[in-house]
Amino acid sequence: MNDTYDAIVIGAGHNGLVTAAYLAKAGRRVLVLERRELIGGATVTEEIHPGFKFDTGAHSITRLHPAVVADLRLAAHGLEVLPLDPTVFAPGPNGEHLLLWRKPADTATSIGELSPADAAGWPGFTALVAKASRLLETVAETTPPDVLSKKLKDNWVMLRLAGRLRRLGKRDMVEVLRILPMTVVELLDEWFETDLLKGTLGAAGITGMSQGPMAAGTAHLFLHQHIGTREGALRSALRARGGIGGLAAALAKAAQGHGATIRTNAWVERITVEDGRATGVALVSGEEIAGRLVVSGVDPKRTYCDLLDPMNLDVEFLRRVRNIRFKGVCARVNLALGELPDFACLPGAGPHLRGLISVSPSLDYLERAFDDAKYGDFSREPYLEAVIPSLTDDSLAPAGKHVMSILVQYAPYDLKGGVWDDAKREALGDRVVETLSRYAPNLEAAVLHRQVLTPLDLEAVFGLTEGNIYHGEMTLDQLFLMRPVPGWARYRAPLAGLYLCGAGTHPGGGVTGTPGYNAAREILRDARR
Amino acid sequence: MGAEKRYDAVIIGGGHNGLVTAAYLARAGKRVVVLEQRPRVGGSAVTEEIYPGFKFSSLSYVVSLLRPEIIRELELPRHGLELLPLESTLTPLPNGDHLVRWADHDLTRRELYRHSPKDAEAYDDFGKLMYHLAFAMKPILGIVPPDPTSLSPKDLRSLLKLSKHYRGLPAEQFYALCKLMTMSAADYLDEWFETEPLKATMSASGIIGTFLGVRSPGTAYVLLHHYMGEIDGVFRAWGFAKGGTGAVSEAIAAAARERGAEIRTETVVERVIVKSGRAVGVALDGGDEIYARVVVSGVDPKLSFLKLVDSKDLPSDFVDAIRRYKIRGSSGKVNLALSELPNLTCRPGVGPHLRGAISISPSIEYMERAYDDAKYGSFSRHPYMDIIIPSMIDPGMAPPGQHVMSIFCQYAPFELKGGWDDTQREAFGDAVVDTLTEFAPNLKRAILHRHVVTPWEMQEEYGLTQGNIFHGELSLHQLFFNRPAHPWADYRTPIKRYYQCGSGTHPGGGITGASGRLAALNILKDW
Amino acid sequence: MLRGTPFHARTGQLCQAQNWRRWAGYLAASSYELTPDREYYAIRSAAALIDVSPLYKYEVRGSDAERLLNHVLTRDVEKCAERQVMYGPWCDGAGKVIDDGTLQRLGDDSFRLTSAEPNLRWLSDNAAGLRVTIEDRSDSMAALALQGPTARDILRHVSDAKIDELKYFRLTFARIKGVPVTITRTGYTGDLGYEIWVDAEYAVGLWDALMTGGRPYGITPAGILALDMARIEAGLLLLGVDYVPANRALIESRKSSPFELGLGWTVRLEKGQFVGRSVLLEEWRRGPAWQLKGLVVEWESLERVYGAFGLPPQLPSVAWRTSTPVYSSKGQVGYATSGCWSPTLKKYVALAHLRSASAERGTRLEMEVTVEHQRKKAAARVVDLPFFDPARKRS
Repeated sequence: MNDTYDAIVIGAGHNGLVTAAYLAKAGRRVLVLERRELIGGATVTEEIHPGFKFDTGAHSITRLHPAVVADLRLAAHGLEVLPLDPTVFAPGPNGEHLLLWRKPADTATSIGELSPADAAGWPGFTALVAKASRLLETVAETTPPDVLSKKLKDNWVMLRLAGRLRRLGKRDMVEVLRILPMTVVELLDEWFETDLLKGTLGAAGITGMSQGPMAAGTAHLFLHQHIGTREGALRSALRARGGIGGLAAALAKAAQGHGATIRTNAWVERITVEDGRATGVALVSGEEIAGRLVVSGVDPKRTYCDLLDPMNLDVEFLRRVRNIRFKGVCARVNLALGELPDFACLPGAGPHLRGLISVSPSLDYLERAFDDAKYGDFSREPYLEAVIPSLTDDSLAPAGKHVMSILVQYAPYDLKGGVWDDAKREALGDRVVETLSRYAPNLEAAVLHRQVLTPLDLEAVFGLTEGNIYHGEMTLDQLFLMRPVPGWARYRAPLAGLYLCGAGTHPGGGVTGTPGYNAAREILRDARR
Repeated sequence: MGAEKRYDAVIIGGGHNGLVTAAYLARAGKRVVVLEQRPRVGGSAVTEEIYPGFKFSSLSYVVSLLRPEIIRELELPRHGLELLPLESTLTPLPNGDHLVRWADHDLTRRELYRHSPKDAEAYDDFGKLMYHLAFAMKPILGIVPPDPTSLSPKDLRSLLKLSKHYRGLPAEQFYALCKLMTMSAADYLDEWFETEPLKATMSASGIIGTFLGVRSPGTAYVLLHHYMGEIDGVFRAWGFAKGGTGAVSEAIAAAARERGAEIRTETVVERVIVKSGRAVGVALDGGDEIYARVVVSGVDPKLSFLKLVDSKDLPSDFVDAIRRYKIRGSSGKVNLALSELPNLTCRPGVGPHLRGAISISPSIEYMERAYDDAKYGSFSRHPYMDIIIPSMIDPGMAPPGQHVMSIFCQYAPFELKGGWDDTQREAFGDAVVDTLTEFAPNLKRAILHRHVVTPWEMQEEYGLTQGNIFHGELSLHQLFFNRPAHPWADYRTPIKRYYQCGSGTHPGGGITGASGRLAALNILKDW
Repeated sequence: MLRGTPFHARTGQLCQAQNWRRWAGYLAASSYELTPDREYYAIRSAAALIDVSPLYKYEVRGSDAERLLNHVLTRDVEKCAERQVMYGPWCDGAGKVIDDGTLQRLGDDSFRLTSAEPNLRWLSDNAAGLRVTIEDRSDSMAALALQGPTARDILRHVSDAKIDELKYFRLTFARIKGVPVTITRTGYTGDLGYEIWVDAEYAVGLWDALMTGGRPYGITPAGILALDMARIEAGLLLLGVDYVPANRALIESRKSSPFELGLGWTVRLEKGQFVGRSVLLEEWRRGPAWQLKGLVVEWESLERVYGAFGLPPQLPSVAWRTSTPVYSSKGQVGYATSGCWSPTLKKYVALAHLRSASAERGTRLEMEVTVEHQRKKAAARVVDLPFFDPARKRS
């Protein structure tokens, strides 16, 4: 192939597809190259055991950018979104349980059984979360301004953000500014007393973090996770019918509908450069493809350190890239189940099994889980977040049988005194099943098939550096102006013709499509110049 | 003493900040009285002869960043202040090796080179960047925090000025500052260095007085403090006051007295007298009352607002904010009278290294494990320690040939599981001595007397709520316009003519005197 | 304690003046005798033996070694033949000089780079992803400069090298009294001379061999003071004195590009991408704002300035390193960074940074001189560097 594309997008993850679709929609000739045989990146549904389909990467949609859904007509392209309700079911250590529902009043009732005081605090807390996350939503949708520029435009962006902040009102503004840098423990301690409630909420502040809930920045991540969720519906998530791969499929259809080409089994080896400008890509097969622009949906470290000859980049810049912290801490366990788990604290196949099942008895439990990882071991008692999508979608498992996907934390990428070999992998799988069986004793026997993906597997399968599901930790120092690296937070790269559009860019990870959306906007903005 | 003469200002607490405020007010011609509950002034900056012939700087033991303008303006050297430099920082390692950083650049470089050639180079690059950043941070430390919610021209101007200042920085510095403000000390140092004891020892400065570990975000910016002195013309400012830390307080007190301030010790303030929303004086525990035009509290915010005044006199959201204000103590102090010098396995004998600090911080993991104990309510079995031997710098601190050793140790949580009592205190003392004996085997038998101060004693004896040495944790959400609570970060309080001047106000922390000075200047502005 | 160099067992005894200074964490003799005059004249009329071990030395090896060095240095390293030596600076991404030194091509895949400051971190960071090893030989390798008109005779006498065939900026491997060495025909004096590189363990033997074999040719150990005068006459820069390395400069205006340092000839813009290229290309098009030139202070003017006080001109006995303002009739146009009375040329010379408008050869300027505690100006003329360039240097 010798004809030049307007843009080559590396990686058919959901952000790459969003960017590709928008560029194609704007009339560009777009080519998307995917290393694997199937598209989706970490938003993928695979049949790993006959008859059982699993979301092997991400298991739920955080929240899709509304503009993406509308602009790309995802519903028309087959995306059907199912809200989980209850949002969370958290079994407690002493036979109690907690249910969070989409309706705040229902949640308050459940909390009230554990602590009337906490139930009374619920509306106030959810209102604060809503205010803070609305502010963060504005931030997420804004391309980080060039703060050091003296240009009117950048000043304007900053003033607008300051204006948004002020619009919260004096009191809330100070409150939001105060809580953003806090630890999620501090935040929750100010509101609640029940360990199970605090643990279950706090878990949203540690996802993908090589930090425990006692670390600053976890309050921010907690609030960030609630961007765009319905007020009062904390830790709510969405599912796509047919598995999360349904989202990727819809995005791909939208992109192809606008004329984009998507090639799978097309492994990009490097980005070709001439005269300080990206000119296309070279595949592992030896094929070279020319493109006026190259847009990388893979993480910044892979993009800059693996796909580019370092000679094209400044040492200081490369230092910053190498300093991005990945430190993956998540593993995934996918179970094919012969029967539903039966929880001792809430027996039977009730609606509670439809939400996220969160093993998070207390903040201390989460912190201790992290302590192990800090010294290079996986948690003796890990935090678990499980879903059983086959309950709401019978296309995923044979009748009467079920699939369960579990996000496990903490399983550090760097193991002390060892590597993630088969023995370690299965030890982790056993640990997870044991832990969950403590709450649902029938689970162990119900397992028909088990797939364990360690951080090393996540790296190998999905190309996530160090297995970090967010393309770089979502700590305060790696956000906004500093994502992916300080000074290059605006989707552009220090190499003409190269852009980034993945979760490693602002506003970061999660299944949102926002980085891809923002990147497309910036690319088209430059093209108009 | 009776309800007698009227004062312009009554200052609650004769700690170093209270004394600084008193001295500045007296200098402006105000009639000032300082009320100190203990028998001597100084608060936490005090030196006491707890064991005959041995002078212990019971709590605060080094003079880190005493503002040079205070030294100049109050003419402290004339009042007896002499600061002696610390020579070095030595980190002994369990494998018998060690790492020393000397005042001399070449020596330090060679020593670092021994551990890692790359680190030896990175250390210079790091130093240069920190020097720049300290310079860039300076404007923040020297101003009254503006209220970001206010639309008053004064606050807006101040905000705009700050924003202009920071956006005028070179990109490298701007982003390094952003990182320092948000990162953990250990993570930030990981970006520069590979030598464990170097990272651990440098990162230790980020956790002193906080309830955080070296891997907790928000601990990195304290790394700057070590470079702050250099830009203020007090090169090698980390030092030791001749005669002990108490000598700093004595010098400030002498400066205040010379200008006519009155200092009363063993005078306990029961409450602040508030009449129709205005502070008019204080009531003492004996029933006496002292009236003054303004009342200034040098004690911590919890005491200032939850104990000394009736919460009825304060807006409820302010009371809530002060209740939420985090003031968890996390450190203890062990003072030893020694019959002989410790003999370090890693560097035997007497040498210049004993004139500097000794830091028990062999690795990041060591530091984190110390923190882990504290997270769940125990004191560290193997604590981080910052040790100096004052008698090596100032022979007057101990009888000839004998020595005093000052050990700052972390972590010792105020909220100890089961609570602090004599047994727990001595168990903590044992943990400290045992750990140190691993590095200096002769230590245990050289001890003539041991004085252990846990956060409980700090609260009960020295009036530091929960034993927090900084009057409130120096975490991001308790700094600048949130110190101690928005919108009362300008040394004023919701009660008219009631001011605060302690470490619980901006910029807080350490023996800097900055809070006391800024408070005094603002009080005078309101006069 | 500061360390002596590997030659300290000998230099320590010879240094009658006990006049030491620090050089990169080592003790280096300022002068061996009480005044450095004889040591200076040895450089220009016989042979001086100078301990230059404190230089930083890095050995870069591997299939990407050439690529790395070509990427870091401004010189075209691909053009550097085996056993050739190249001098050149290297820059940061903004095209400002970090350091300068000589690059010896020891073999196809093997180089030795010298520098004034540590550069291991810079080299390693630039080498990420490349197949190279960088070995820091700073401590394990010693070096002597043998400089002066009889240097060749000495080496012919003591070594097995075909020394007469060794051309300017070429190197050879040889043995001196059995000690394996690298001999480069380089130096920091602008005279005929060589530098001899040796493993630290053989250092003392090498010293002894040269001193013994060199005696008939007037070999004299020389210190830094003599070297400093010679290098000024030769118009050679000293890092930290004549320029501030970009990675140490506290403010932007202290940094210099190669063009501003008179090193434009080393910048091979045509060789393709290298660190700082895009900025340097721009500067090359525009022309540098500053230039490093020679200044010769006019004797008559000096006589006038001093004469006004009833004094003859008072000349510096050793080189000075204090930044000194340089003026045109319109005001300050630059500053001199080092200078000395050239005993050979009988001229008062200085190296000066001048704004390009005042840097033309022959431009008449004035340099500040302090006479009897008062600041005066003496007339000076801009000249091209070097001040002194004997034919024997290259022949």
